[in-house]
Amino acid sequence: MRHLRAAAAITLAVSVVAGVTACGGGTSSDGGSNESPKTLTYWASNQGPSIEADKKILTPELKKFEKETGIKVKLEVVPWADLLNRILAATTSGQGPDVLNIGNTWSASLQSTGALLPWDDENFEAIGGRDRFIDSAVASAGKEGEPPAAVPLYSLSYALYYNKKMFADAGITAPPATWDQLVEDGRKLSKDGKWGLGAEGSNLSNNIHQTFVLGQQHGADFFDEQGKADFTSDGAVAAVKQYVDFMAKDRIIAPGNAEYAQNQSLTDFAKGRTAMVLWQAAATTFAAQGMKPEDWGVAPVPVPAGAPGAGKQTNSMVAGINMAVFRNTRNIDGAKKFVKFMTSDAEQKILCKTYGSIPPVKAAQSDPAFAAPELKVLRDTLATSAAPLPQVPNESQFETAVGTAVKELFADAAAGSPVTTESVKARLEKAQQTMQS
Amino acid sequence: MTATVTTDPGTGKQARGTTRGSGGARRGIPRIPDRIRRGGLPYLLLLPAVLLELLIHLIPMVVGIVMSFRQLTQFFIGNWGAAPWTGLENYEIAVDFDAPIGEALLHSFFVTCVFTFFAVGLAWLFGVTAAIMLQESFRGRGFLRTLFLVPYALPVYAAVITWAFMFQRDNGLVNHVLHDQLGITDQPSFWLIGDNSIYALIVVSVWKGWPFAFLMLMAALQNIPRELYEAAAIDGAGVWQQIRRITMPSLRPVNQVLVLVLFLWTFNDFNTPYVLFGKAAPAGADLISIHIYQSSFVTWNFGTGSAMSVLLLLFLLVVTAVYLFLTSRGRKGSHA
Amino acid sequence: MPSRDGRRAGRSPMAAPRSFLWTRRVVLTLLAGFVLLPVYVMISSSLKPLQDVSGKFRWIPRGLTVQPYVDIWDTVPLARYFVNSLIVAGAATVCSVVIAVFAAYAVSRYGFRGKRVFTVTVLSTQMFPGILFLLPLFLIFVNIGNSTGLALYGSRGGLILTYLTFSLPFSIWMLIGYFDSIPRDLDEAAMVDGCGPLRALFRVVVPAAVPGIVAVSVYAFMTAWGEVLFASVMTNDATRTLAVGLQGYATQNDVYWNQVMAASLVVSVPVVAGFLLLQRYLVAGLTAGAVK
Repeated sequence: MRHLRAAAAITLAVSVVAGVTACGGGTSSDGGSNESPKTLTYWASNQGPSIEADKKILTPELKKFEKETGIKVKLEVVPWADLLNRILAATTSGQGPDVLNIGNTWSASLQSTGALLPWDDENFEAIGGRDRFIDSAVASAGKEGEPPAAVPLYSLSYALYYNKKMFADAGITAPPATWDQLVEDGRKLSKDGKWGLGAEGSNLSNNIHQTFVLGQQHGADFFDEQGKADFTSDGAVAAVKQYVDFMAKDRIIAPGNAEYAQNQSLTDFAKGRTAMVLWQAAATTFAAQGMKPEDWGVAPVPVPAGAPGAGKQTNSMVAGINMAVFRNTRNIDGAKKFVKFMTSDAEQKILCKTYGSIPPVKAAQSDPAFAAPELKVLRDTLATSAAPLPQVPNESQFETAVGTAVKELFADAAAGSPVTTESVKARLEKAQQTMQS
Repeated sequence: MTATVTTDPGTGKQARGTTRGSGGARRGIPRIPDRIRRGGLPYLLLLPAVLLELLIHLIPMVVGIVMSFRQLTQFFIGNWGAAPWTGLENYEIAVDFDAPIGEALLHSFFVTCVFTFFAVGLAWLFGVTAAIMLQESFRGRGFLRTLFLVPYALPVYAAVITWAFMFQRDNGLVNHVLHDQLGITDQPSFWLIGDNSIYALIVVSVWKGWPFAFLMLMAALQNIPRELYEAAAIDGAGVWQQIRRITMPSLRPVNQVLVLVLFLWTFNDFNTPYVLFGKAAPAGADLISIHIYQSSFVTWNFGTGSAMSVLLLLFLLVVTAVYLFLTSRGRKGSHA
Repeated sequence: MPSRDGRRAGRSPMAAPRSFLWTRRVVLTLLAGFVLLPVYVMISSSLKPLQDVSGKFRWIPRGLTVQPYVDIWDTVPLARYFVNSLIVAGAATVCSVVIAVFAAYAVSRYGFRGKRVFTVTVLSTQMFPGILFLLPLFLIFVNIGNSTGLALYGSRGGLILTYLTFSLPFSIWMLIGYFDSIPRDLDEAAMVDGCGPLRALFRVVVPAAVPGIVAVSVYAFMTAWGEVLFASVMTNDATRTLAVGLQGYATQNDVYWNQVMAASLVVSVPVVAGFLLLQRYLVAGLTAGAVK
C-alpha cells in the first residue's frame, strides 16, 4: 500500500516534469495570428513622473486609436523594476502582451530569443516605411544586417548640463567643447567643497553609456566584427581610463560619486554642489529638486577635438525606448496598426512633447517644441553624432561585466589606490573572460 | 469524527467532507476502524502539504536541476525543449577555479559563508537575549515586545533603502556620527563599496533578521514550566544559572531548527544585498544569491545559473546533514 | 539560604538580583536604540520635501511637511496594493497554518514509512535559491492555465498558492518541534476519554501549542506580505501587492524617497498594531500543570 503510494507520486511527478520541459515555452503556432482582432494588450514602460501619470497620458491616445480602428487596447504600465523579468517570463511561457515597450539596449538580446516580430520591409511598409525614422534610432533596434526586432518610439541622447552661475563665478564664458577644456574648467570649479563634474559610479548602465562613447572616440568598439567581446584593445582601455581619471587623476569628480547609483549626481547638480553632469533629459529631475530652468544650460557632450559628428566625433549613445510586437500575438494586424498609430507624426509630437524626449520620426521633429534649448541639443546630437550601443545578444552581460569593472575602478580611485593603464587593462581582461558567448 | 480532506490538485485548496463542529454530539458518531485509521491517517494529514510542495517547490526544483544540464541561453528561452544538452559543461565552468567565472564563484561562496556565520550568530544572540530578558513581566514589556518586531514588520525595500541612506558616505547618519560627531575616523568611509561593505551588509541583515529569532524564541520560552524555575530558585540557583541550566537546554529543540533555517535563509538571501547594492555587489560583499542572479537573469544564461544553484544545493545538503547529525546526537527524542 | 548579595535576604527567592535588572535595562535600551535608528530616519525622511531628503544628515530636520503622506495615495494606487496584500497574505496564512498543523501532527505523533524522506525533502526546499524557482513555476502556472483554463499567473490565487507553499517547510518544522514538546500523555489522556486522534489534536494539542501556532502564523503572514520577486512577475496592475508596489515610487526620472518612507510607515502601522494585539497570545500554554 505504501509502496504503491510512493510509486504513484513519483510517476505523477515525473510525468508532469516531462510535460513541462517538453512543452516549455512558446505556443504551438509559430507566427502570429488574427484570432482576436478586436483587442490588444499593451505593456507600456514608465516614462512619466509616475505610473498613474503614465496611465493618464496614454489613455486618451488609446481611446483615439479605438475610435479610429475599433480595437480596444488593454493598457498596463509596468514599472522598470519588473519589466525585464516579466518580459523574460512572457518569452519563456508564451504568455504575454501583444505590443510592448522595451529599453532599446535590450533589442538585440530579445531579438536573439526569436520571440519578437522582425520588422522586415513588408512590416515597415505597413507603418509607413523605414526612412520615416532616424537611422541611428533604427540601428539601435537590432543586429546589423537583420531586420530590426522593434521600432523606435521615444529617443534620447546625452548632453552636458552645466551650472550657469558656477561657471560665471569661475570666469568661464562658454561650456567646454572638448575634453581638455572640460578638465580645465573642472579644475577651476573643483574647490571649496564644490566639484566640477558628477558621475554615477555605481550605475552600471550609465558607466557603459559613458565609456562606450569614449571608446568610439578612441576608435574602439567593445566588440569585434564577429560579435566577440574585445575589451582590452588599446582604445577601450584608454576610454575607460579616461573616464575614471576624471576622479583619479584630474580630480574633478568627488570621491563620494563612486557609490552613486540612485541619481545622486543629479541631486548634487541641482543643489549646486557639482557644476557639470552628463545625462539624458534631466530637466524634470532638476525641477523636482528645486532648481530653476534659468540656472542651468545645455551643451553637446564634448569630443576630443573639433565638432561632434559621426565616427570618432560621436558624443552620445542612442538612448530611448523601442516598441516591439510579440511574434505569437493573436492580433497581428491590430498590433501593426497600433504601432503605426503610435509612430504616426501626430502621436509622436504629442507623446514626445509630454515625455520630454525626441521623436525618432523625422517629420515629427519639426514641431517647434523640439527647438527649445535642451531638446534642440538632444535632437541635433541624435541626428548627427549618436551611435547605438553594440547590438549583440549578450548586451546585458556586457553592461554588467564592463559596468562592474568601471564601478570597481571608481572604488579604487575613491579609496586612493592608483589607477593605471595596467590596472584598467587587468580589470577589463577579467571582464572579458566572464563573457560567455 | 470523520473528516475527509480532499485536495484539488489544480488549486491545492482543501474541501472538507464532513464538518467537525466545535459543539454538538460527538460520542454518537461512529469511529473509523482502528486499522484504517492508524494506517491511513498520517498520510491523509500529510497529503495537502505533499501535493503543494510537489507542485510549487519540488517540480520547479527538478526543472531547475534539469536546466543545468542544458545550454539554456537567450537563444533557447522561448523554447526550452530545443536547448541542446551539454552534460556537465555548465558545472565545469562553475568549478574551474582558475578561470574568472569559477574564481568569482568560489570567492562569492567564501564571502557568503563569512557573512552568514556572523549575521546568523548575531541575530540569534540578540534574539535569545531579548527573549530571555522579556520573559519576566515588567512595565513596558508589551511595548518592547512589539517594538522589537518593528524591523520585521517594515517592508524590505523601504527598510534596506533606509539603511542605504544611512550608509551614504557624504550624507549618511553613520558617517555623520562616526566622523563628524564622534571623530572616530579621520575621513568619512565608504560603506556601500569597498572593503567595508560586508560590515554594512551584516548590520542590515542582523537588524532585519533578529526580530524573527526573537519571536520564535519568545514563543518557545512560554512552554517551559514555571515550576522548574521555582524549584531551581528554591535550591539557590541565581538567574544566570537558571538560564544556563534550565532555559538553554529547554530551548534546544527550537534552537536546532531555528539556527538551521536562519542559516539557510541568510545564505540564500537575495533581497537585502540586491536593494542595498543593486545588481553588482562590491567584491567584499558579493553574496552567492546575487552572483547566481547575475549569472542567470542578467546574462540570460540559465544553464550556468542553474548549475551554480545545484552546487549550492549540494553544499547546503551536506552542511545540513552534518549539522543534524551533530545536534541530534545529544537529543533523547525518538523523533527525528 | 545563601544570598548572592546583601539584598537577597528578605526578598522572595524568585526575584532577580540587581545585577540582572541593570543588565537587562542596558541591553534592552541598546537593542531598542538599534531598532529605532532607521525608523527615525524613515519618519524624518517622510516628512521632508523631496529636495531635502538627500541633503546633509541632520538629527532634527527642518522644513517639515505632511505633503508626502497626501501624495502617496496618488502616485501609486497604494490603497489597492494594500488590499491585495491583505487578501493574499491573509489567505496564504490561514491555509498554510492549517496544512502545517495537520502535517506536523502526523510527523510528531506517528511513525510511518517515508517520514524521514518527507521531512528532509521539505527542508531541502529551503536550500535552493528562490530565483531559480521563478521561471519554472511561472511555466507550470502557464501550462496549467493553458490546459485547464485556470489562470494562476497574474492572479491573486496563484500568489496565494505560491506563498502558502513557501511558508510550509518552516512552519511544519517549527510545529513539529512545538508538538514534540507537548507530552504525548496529554493526547493519550484525551483519547482514553473517547476522542479520536483528530479530536485530540484540536482539543488538546492545538490549545497547548498556541504560542507556537501564533509565531508560525506571523511568519507565514510576513513571508507573504514582504515577498518581492515572485510578486513582481506573477501580478499585473490590478493584483499587484504592496511589496512590489512600493517600488513604483522609483520612477524613470525621480525616486520619491519621502513618499517611499511615508508609504512604508503607513502600511506598517496595521501590521505593528496586529503584533501588539497578538502578543498576548504568546503566553504560557495550558500544559503547565495539566499532567499530574
